[in-house]
Amino acid sequence: MRLELVKRPGRSKLFSALSPFIAFALTLIAGAIMFSLLGKSPLAALHVYFIEPVTQLWQIHELAIKAAPLILIAVGLAVCYRANVWNIGAEGQFVIGAILGSVLPVVFPDTQGAWVLPLMLVMGMIGGAAYAAVPAFLKARFNTNEILTSLMLVYVAQLFLDWLVRGPWRDPKGFNFPQTVQFSPSATLAELLPMQGRANLGIVFALVAAVLVWVLISKTLKGFEVRVMGSSPRAGHFAGFRLNRTVFFAFLLSGALAGLAGICEVSGAIGQLQPSISPGYGFTAIVVAFLGRLNPLGIVAAGLVLALTYLGGESVQTALGVSDKVARVFQGMLLFFVLGCDTLINYHIRVVASPGGDGAEAS
Amino acid sequence: MDITVNILLTIATAATPLLIAAIGELVVERSGVLNLGVEGMMIMGAVAGFGVAFLTGSPWLGLLASVVAGAMFSLLFAVMTLSLATNQVATGLSLTLLGLGLSGMLGTSFVGQPGGRLPYLYIPGLSDIPVVGKLLFGQDPVFYLSIALVIAVSWFLFRTRTGLTLRSIGDNHASAHALGIPVIRYRYLAVMFGGACAGLAGGHLSLVYTPQWVENMAAGRGWIALALVVFASWRPLRVLAGAYIFGAVWIGQLHLQASGGISVPTQLLSALPYLATVVVLVLISRNKRLTLTNTPAALGQSFVPDR
Repeated sequence: MRLELVKRPGRSKLFSALSPFIAFALTLIAGAIMFSLLGKSPLAALHVYFIEPVTQLWQIHELAIKAAPLILIAVGLAVCYRANVWNIGAEGQFVIGAILGSVLPVVFPDTQGAWVLPLMLVMGMIGGAAYAAVPAFLKARFNTNEILTSLMLVYVAQLFLDWLVRGPWRDPKGFNFPQTVQFSPSATLAELLPMQGRANLGIVFALVAAVLVWVLISKTLKGFEVRVMGSSPRAGHFAGFRLNRTVFFAFLLSGALAGLAGICEVSGAIGQLQPSISPGYGFTAIVVAFLGRLNPLGIVAAGLVLALTYLGGESVQTALGVSDKVARVFQGMLLFFVLGCDTLINYHIRVVASPGGDGAEAS
Repeated sequence: MDITVNILLTIATAATPLLIAAIGELVVERSGVLNLGVEGMMIMGAVAGFGVAFLTGSPWLGLLASVVAGAMFSLLFAVMTLSLATNQVATGLSLTLLGLGLSGMLGTSFVGQPGGRLPYLYIPGLSDIPVVGKLLFGQDPVFYLSIALVIAVSWFLFRTRTGLTLRSIGDNHASAHALGIPVIRYRYLAVMFGGACAGLAGGHLSLVYTPQWVENMAAGRGWIALALVVFASWRPLRVLAGAYIFGAVWIGQLHLQASGGISVPTQLLSALPYLATVVVLVLISRNKRLTLTNTPAALGQSFVPDR
C-alpha cells in the first residue's frame, strides 16, 4: 500500500479554509492517545488542557499575555516565509530587542517621563532589526544559508543576555540573583484593565501589527514584491524586483517585530531582565505562522490557540502531574498536522493497493 | 605528553557525535532532501539510548535503541515530505520542535539518574603502547564506528552504482524518475539512514560523552552538523575534517573556561562554537565555485512523480 498524490486543477478553496481545523482536530486525537498512554483519562486531560485555562476572566488576560509575543513574531515571520526567506532566529531577535530596549530602565533607572516607554519600544525594534540584519547581510552579500546563521545567532543572543544579567547589569541590591533592577513605573507597559487581569498593551500592538502587515501584504506594491519573489524569483527579476532587497526587507521587518515582542515581554509581563525571558516564543511563532496560513489575520487566531497550548501545559502539570513539556509536543504536532493537511489544498490523495500502480486515473 | 593525548581524546569524543550526525545528513542531502530535524532526531536518540540503558542496565542495548529511535523518528519526516510532498524546511523544523518536546517529556523521570556508560576499547598490549596506543586502540566503540561510517559512505557514494544513482536523484529527480529509478524509495532509505545516524550521535552523547540525561543536551549540535555538511561541500572526508575542527573548538573553549586563566566571560567562550559556525559558513559560501558545483541541484525541492 502506498499513497499517491494527484494534482488538483487549482488550489482547493475548501481545504484551504478547512486545513487548520482538520489539523487541530487531528492534534486533539493524537493528544488523547498520548494522555491515555500516560495513564490519564484522555477526555478529562484534554478538558484540563484546553478548557480549564480559559474559564475565568483573569485567565483570558493570561492568554492575551502569551498570545501577544506569538502574534507579533509570527506576523513578521509570515512576511519572511511568503518571500521564501527562512528566518528561524526570531528567538534571538526577541532577546536582543529586549536587551537594547532595556538599556534605558537598567542603565538609567532614574529617568522618568512619558517619553521613556516609547523610546524603549523603538530601541527594542531597532535591536531586533539590527540583529536580523546580520543573517540578511550574510545572505545578500555572501549567499550564506540564512537558516543556519539565524539559528546560530539565537544561542549567541541567549548567552549574551546571560552574561549581562550575571555580570554588568546585575542588580547590585538583588542579593546576587542573576537579574536586573525592576523597571520603574514609567518604563513599564501599562495594563489594559488592571481590575480584571494582567493583560498589557502588548496584545494591542500585536493586533495593530497584524492589521498593518495584512494591508502591507495584500494591498501594497511591497507586499506584491514579497509574494512574487517568494513564489517566482525569476518572474520578479523581470518585473524589476531585486532579491537582496526583498531579503533585507523581510528580515528587518520580522526582526523589528520580534524585537518589539521582546521589549514588550520584558517591560510588561516580567518587569526586569532575567537569564531566560522567553519560553521559546520565537520558535513557537513558526508554528503560529503556518497554522495561520501565513496570513496575518489567520495568525491572530493561531496565536491564541498556541498561547492556549502554553497555558494548558501549565494546567496539566499542576492538575495531573504531567510534565509541562507536553506543550512543546502539542506545538510540534500542530505544525506537523497543518503541514500535512496543506497537501490537500493542491493534491488529492489516493491510496494505491499494489506497489507500482497501473497508472489508471480513478479519482 | 599525557596531557596532549588526553586533549586529543576529548576532542575525538566531542567530534564523534557531530561527525556521525553530519555524515548521515550528507547522505540525505545527496539524495536531494534537506532534513532540518537533525537536532530533534539526535535528542530522541539521546533520550532513547539513556532510557533503555537505564532500564535494562545494558548500554549496548541503549545504543541500539538510539539508532532505532532516530530512524523511526525520521520516518515521520519521510512520510510527510516524500509521500505528502510537504515543505521540507518547515517539516524539518517541526521534527526538531516535536523531538525537543517529546524527549523532554519522556526524560523527566531520568533527570539526575546515574546512566550507563559504554566501555572503552581495551586490547591488552596494543592499548598500552605509549601515546598512540590509547589514541588508536583505547577509545569508545562509537568512535571506531564513526570512522568506519565515513569510509563506508565515501565508498558508497563515489565507488558504487547505487551511490551514483543516489547522487543522480539528488541532482535531478525528474530525470531519474524518467529513467525508471524509484526516487521516493531511495529517498525514504536515505532519510532513514540519516535518522539512524542522528540517533546514534544522540546515543553517543547520553552513553559516552556525558552518561546522563539532561534536557536539551544536544545543545545545537544537530544544527552544527547541518552546517558541517555545507562546510564540507557535501564531501565525506571534508566532513571528517570539519567535525574535528569543531570538536577542537568545543573542547578548547571548555579548557579555557576551566583554566580561568584569561579574563574573558565564560558566556563568550560558550558562544564560540556557534560563532565559529557562522564564520565558517560565510567563508565557504563566499567561494561560489565550490558551493555551486557541489550542492545537490534538487536539494530541498519536493518531488511528485508525473503519471
